[in-house]
Amino acid sequence: MNTTTRWRKKLLSKASLRALISIIVFLVLWELGSRSKQWLGFSLPWIGQVPAPTAVLNVWEGLLGNLGYWQSWLFSLGRVVGGFLAAMVIGIPLGLLMAVNKRFHDIVFPSFEVLRPIPPLAWVPASIIFWPTTELSIAFVIFLGAFFTVVINVVSGARSIDVRYFQSAQSMGSSQWDIFRRIVLPATMPSIVVGSAVGMGITWEVVVAAEMISGGGAAGSEGGGLGFFIWNSYIGGAYEQIVVGMISIGIAGYACSTAIRSLGGFFTPWLKKR
Amino acid sequence: MNNLHASSMRADSAKPAVSAGEITVNSVSKSYGAAHFTKDVVRDCSFTIESNKLTVMIGPSGCGKSTLIRLLAGFEMPTSGTIALNGKPITGPGRDRLVVFQESALFPWMSTYDNIMYGPRARGEDNQQARDMAKFLLEKVGLTAFRDKYPPQLSGGMQRRAELARAMINNPDVMILDEPFRGLDAMSKELMWEYYAGLFEESRRTNFFVTTDIDEAIYLADRLLIMTNTPARVRATLEIDIPRPRKIADLFNNERANEVKMEALSLLHEEAMKSFSGGSRAATDFIEAYSKRTTTTPRDGKQPVDP
Repeated sequence: MNTTTRWRKKLLSKASLRALISIIVFLVLWELGSRSKQWLGFSLPWIGQVPAPTAVLNVWEGLLGNLGYWQSWLFSLGRVVGGFLAAMVIGIPLGLLMAVNKRFHDIVFPSFEVLRPIPPLAWVPASIIFWPTTELSIAFVIFLGAFFTVVINVVSGARSIDVRYFQSAQSMGSSQWDIFRRIVLPATMPSIVVGSAVGMGITWEVVVAAEMISGGGAAGSEGGGLGFFIWNSYIGGAYEQIVVGMISIGIAGYACSTAIRSLGGFFTPWLKKR
Repeated sequence: MNNLHASSMRADSAKPAVSAGEITVNSVSKSYGAAHFTKDVVRDCSFTIESNKLTVMIGPSGCGKSTLIRLLAGFEMPTSGTIALNGKPITGPGRDRLVVFQESALFPWMSTYDNIMYGPRARGEDNQQARDMAKFLLEKVGLTAFRDKYPPQLSGGMQRRAELARAMINNPDVMILDEPFRGLDAMSKELMWEYYAGLFEESRRTNFFVTTDIDEAIYLADRLLIMTNTPARVRATLEIDIPRPRKIADLFNNERANEVKMEALSLLHEEAMKSFSGGSRAATDFIEAYSKRTTTTPRDGKQPVDP
């Protein structure tokens, strides 16, 4: 009961109202632009080619019953979650190790810094050649998108821990392992959360390009993920579907970021409670 | 006599046992930098932190007090000279000498209770005795209601008290406090003085307290060490024999307190002047603060009246 009132309050708040107005104004301008192809007497070189929101909505409605469309969601989501988890599982320990052990840092960091600026898209051809299956190639590119961000956040977070925390812990008789578990890990947690949130955003940016170039995967032309869905719609000239795919990715990315944020809040309770 | 006092505390089962330690600092020097660019921060410094007493060290900011604390705590080693606790040389950090830092070094990701229990748990002593002790200390520092709060949810004064408790549960031989009340507003600061003095009087644990505040120093100290400017060494030692428990008003009414204050201030002023001629930034700050302090208004809130 309490939750419902809180939700109602949240939905009726000024911020929600502003958000609603913003979206409506955007949609109306878009609709007008793509219908008239002219605003205030000026012809619009670009927006006129974009299908109107009503047309997009129409197509979208038709797609809701289409298994292939939902399969695209599932495929992309699976790749993103898989690549992202791999980036976390490998990136967090690697980052912590680099932060804790200076020798390891000195050895690994230079190579890491050379590889880090290479955009994930530049990895696509190499990834296709190196990995035996298309699915692995895609997952690898997605993994790279999140990996470097996660590692760099973990390293900088763990290295900026106040030295007095270590001194206090040492004075009170902590062992090295105890310091790692009860000081380094929680002190780095906020950076891990930030790194994951940013990394998750990058995975969605990367998934589309990876799917477009790799050609959609094994499940046939209709099941290649949202990125492939967009590319395929473009090839087939279904412009409304392109926009549906774009917005779908936007929604998926937003949902994933929200999930990461609330998960992050669970792992860093001391930052939230004020 | 002090030992007698300490052992009578131990016999009292309601109160936790209190260890006593004495630290001797013997012609210690510490310099930083390499080869020809070394800078002596501490030079040929000797003093004793007597057991069961509250020793306060005062000196202009930047004179090397914090360096001395790092040496006492064992976070760093002296370039030359020796530091010993109860005759045993100090070779590294240990729970027999706990430091309470300038700004709170409570772990922000742990509740007040978990912070206090840190030491016992680190040593694998999360037993009923330790838990009872944590409860006792929480009550002692008035934070029972804030047991499950995180440090950022506590006020500045509460954080300092929690940190005192976190140190005390380890029953150190010596408590080392590095300007622990710095940054608190004047009201909370005076409350913390009374509070902290009360804790000390109850336990008579060896305490070493570093400050730049002369009122704080005189209110708290049994012995007052006045430091020279960098490189730091002890310029003078004053015994402050004002009876305990003291009152804040003693700082202004008590003749002995005023005597000590004048003496300490003139020594500190001399030190500051010396390095002022050397162009030290810290000295300029100090002289500014000093001139403000000598023209301070009386505490009862009335404006000074011209005779």
